[in-house]
Amino acid sequence: MAATILAVDDSASMRQMVSFTLKHAGYIVVEAVDGVEALEYARSNAVNLVLTDVNMPRMDGITLVRELRQLNDYKFVPMLVLTTEAGQDKKMEGKQAGATGWLVKPFNPEKLLATIAKVL
Amino acid sequence: MTVNTSAADATKESADSAKEQYLSFILGREEYGVDIKKVQEIKGWDTVTRVPYSPPHVLGVINLRGSIVPVIDLRIRFGLERVPHDATTVIIVVHVPGDRGERTVGMVVDAVSDVYNIAAEHILPPPDALGSIEKVFVRGLACQDGKMLILLDVDGLVVASVSDAAKAAA
Amino acid sequence: MSLDLEMEEIVKVFFEESFEGLDAMESGLLTLDSHADRETINTIFRAAHSIKGGAGTFGFLEISQFTHSVETLLDEMRNGMRAVTPDAVQVLLQSVDVIREMTQSAQAKQPIVTVGADALSGELARILAQKGGAAAATAAVSGAETTAGAGPAPGANPAAGADAAAPGAAAVRSKPAAVVPIIIAPGSIEGWRITFTPEPTLFKTCNDPLRIFHELATLGPLEVIPHVKALPSLEAMDPTLCYLSWTLVLRGHVEHARIIEVFDWVEAVSTIIYEPLYLGGAIGEIQEPRGNPAPAAPSRKPATAEVTAVAAAAAAVPPAAPAAALKAAGDAGSIRVATEKVDALINLVGELVITQSMLGRFSEKYDPADLEAMRRGLIQLSRNTRELQESVMQIRMLPIGFSFNRFPRLVHDLSRKLGKKVELKLCGENTELDKTVLEKIGDPLVHLVRNALDHGMEMPEQRLAAGKSETGTLELNAFHEGGSIIVEVKDDGAGLNKARILAKARERGLIQEDEILTDEQIYNLIFVAGFSTADKVSDVSGRGVGMDVVRRNINDLGGHVQIFSTEGLGSTIRIRLPLTLAILEGQVLRVGKEIYVASLVSIIETVQPTRERLSSVAGRAELFNHRDSYLPIIRLHDLFDIEPDSRDIAKGLLVVVEADGRRASILVDELLAQQQVVIKSLETNFKQVPGLAGATIHGDGTVALILDVPGLITNFLERQSGRVELAA
Repeated sequence: MAATILAVDDSASMRQMVSFTLKHAGYIVVEAVDGVEALEYARSNAVNLVLTDVNMPRMDGITLVRELRQLNDYKFVPMLVLTTEAGQDKKMEGKQAGATGWLVKPFNPEKLLATIAKVL
Repeated sequence: MTVNTSAADATKESADSAKEQYLSFILGREEYGVDIKKVQEIKGWDTVTRVPYSPPHVLGVINLRGSIVPVIDLRIRFGLERVPHDATTVIIVVHVPGDRGERTVGMVVDAVSDVYNIAAEHILPPPDALGSIEKVFVRGLACQDGKMLILLDVDGLVVASVSDAAKAAA
Repeated sequence: MSLDLEMEEIVKVFFEESFEGLDAMESGLLTLDSHADRETINTIFRAAHSIKGGAGTFGFLEISQFTHSVETLLDEMRNGMRAVTPDAVQVLLQSVDVIREMTQSAQAKQPIVTVGADALSGELARILAQKGGAAAATAAVSGAETTAGAGPAPGANPAAGADAAAPGAAAVRSKPAAVVPIIIAPGSIEGWRITFTPEPTLFKTCNDPLRIFHELATLGPLEVIPHVKALPSLEAMDPTLCYLSWTLVLRGHVEHARIIEVFDWVEAVSTIIYEPLYLGGAIGEIQEPRGNPAPAAPSRKPATAEVTAVAAAAAAVPPAAPAAALKAAGDAGSIRVATEKVDALINLVGELVITQSMLGRFSEKYDPADLEAMRRGLIQLSRNTRELQESVMQIRMLPIGFSFNRFPRLVHDLSRKLGKKVELKLCGENTELDKTVLEKIGDPLVHLVRNALDHGMEMPEQRLAAGKSETGTLELNAFHEGGSIIVEVKDDGAGLNKARILAKARERGLIQEDEILTDEQIYNLIFVAGFSTADKVSDVSGRGVGMDVVRRNINDLGGHVQIFSTEGLGSTIRIRLPLTLAILEGQVLRVGKEIYVASLVSIIETVQPTRERLSSVAGRAELFNHRDSYLPIIRLHDLFDIEPDSRDIAKGLLVVVEADGRRASILVDELLAQQQVVIKSLETNFKQVPGLAGATIHGDGTVALILDVPGLITNFLERQSGRVELAA
């Protein structure tokens, strides 16, 4: 059965690119525009991987990861944050909040798929 | 023993592929041809609305499924005697590229004749003495079934007849 | 959808998003001047961040690079590390312009010119180099820090490692990894021995050592030796914790950087010791992790263990192409429509289909008794069609706010430049009008606003001296009236100086010395080509070339413009525009055998002339005495070469028309119906014809030509008198 990925990013074009790339590789993708929407979804649905941007309105990615880790179903779901190359501190913040790892922006589709393949 | 016919075949093929199709029509005693790719449709006579400040060969405009399309009378354009328009009159509607995008224009002719395949190398250059048909929009002459076909360059014809460059006989 | 096509669609979304983001940045930045609000700064930052990320992802590296500096500045501001100053805001506003231009180039698939970006980058760098000047700078954190803390696993010695931690990072890291610095002798590495001791909480972030080992195994033959010494008894074991550590031996010529990459995600929560294996070196049996890693580590040096691949820097910026004039990106040929409008439309089409099928039944078998039902059906059809048409027109309607929204920035920049204090008020931004009218009214409005600021608004000192408030008010107002939309540009500036206008007009020979003009006629002189009372040509509003173009543009849209002014108090420019360009409320009229349509907006009334009221001047100009004024008579049949019913004016009808404050009368044979007509272009397939504004399909399917009344009046009067005439 195909794995489901929750992709969270307030930028529609980024969401679409990620979605498009992952769907073509056979994954099922659920999109959310920010942390609040993602958390809402996660409360009643399980996924196999969470991919989230950091800078989003209403709830940022780091807070989202922290919140998700509190949910029973999400204790052992791999979570990756999308950071920019300058955001060293964001990487560590993410890890502290419970993120499995990160993906550095800008990334190309191949990198995205390779990284996801490592954790799924 | 196998004869190598591929070379001969190739030549024949390339000759075929260089043929173009022409729709021919009658005006008076002459037969003319236009590139069939430019022909959008052939319709019967329609009520034409006169447009002021137009040269005599521009009869006016018609309603072609909601578009305003100008109609040129080729007899007048080529200096032939005028004939009345009736139910037998035919309008060939052509679609050509223009300076501001594509144009649709109608041309009034006596009758539509046939469709011919003519190879590019069989087209003879237009003779110097050609009457009032300006050489600008005559591509050349071709011989089909024993008759002579005057091949028109529709793009040039339309531009010369309809665009702003044309002098209006006010 | 093919890969490329779908990618293109996504990139289109990126462009749309970016332009929206840039607009949000701009409006946000404009409010920062009055009060710097944390949430606003965050919003502006996020917009820049998104654009930067997207630009990088979709390959627009120039945009990504430039936006990076903008983002850095905004980041400092939002972290309270830098104060928000007007100068910084100005530079940021200019940056928004530059990013917008570059994005437009990218969208138009033209080379991105970086001249502006390079210049501003210098400015941004300068600002960033200056001290932030604001509160709590938790900035520069020292690089080398090692918090020993609780040992991750027994037996391992966290060796002091200095990481090149980015400023601020150290404060966040809890357990820096012990990465042993190594001097690599290039080319001689035969493999690596890695001692990997993760913290027990490793699993909490779903990092699975197995995954790491799999990845390592792709680099070469791998031996994995687990160490179970730390495993407690089954009862004491917490399955969510990691009690194992490993020694991994990887053989092959693998670069250090590559190995570190594999442990990237876990290095902060583990102790990892990398030992290169050299040719000829004995490996020996490994049972336990060795206590002292010294033998394998020749010396210590601050390691730069960062392996992040920064692709951006590598990108070569294309040589700046000669700045080819970019066609205004403006309209991409599409409209965003509110869902409700589309739903309404769909419903109406549904009703139309029902009515049509109902009527269709009658065509199958005709029974005279059905006539009444058929008649009702046709009325229904007519209603459906009318509603459908209105609904469709609505789709093209957009709020004028789209045009107004460029003005806050424009007024901000312009008043700063001119040294004037101006407050901009926008009213009626939600008033809707046709998309094309909206697009075409933009430039004229810009010109009028610039004019008002440049010529109308006084300098603050002058205003105070005149007893006015220092800050002037410029108001843009839009509302519906009748079947039109009215747009007003109002300023409380100096107003128009009639005496100066008259003097200038006389000087340029536009009017006779002794001509008496009404106030309105005097103000209308401003719209005449070549007229300008500006003492010096300001580069802001040009040399008066603008106003006549403004009026012409408005007229081309089927609208009118009027000026009202009071000296010392200000001026109001009032523009009336049709709500739509596609439909005209018209009067169908007949001249001889030809049918024409004239816009009702231009028609004052139609009169049956009596002979006493007709006169002629010098045998040439024919005049009609109407309500105490003399109107020139335009013989349409002459102009258009038509055979009329009669050449005797008294036998025909005179349609009194007005345009641009000038009146005339057109001689016709008969008035037919008044109806809405759909305007169709004559130019698409034919050409522009003087005196005609287009064509339409008449009820019987034939073409009827639409008259260009303002054009007819202008041309007729000019031909008659040889110069511009003002209506009596």
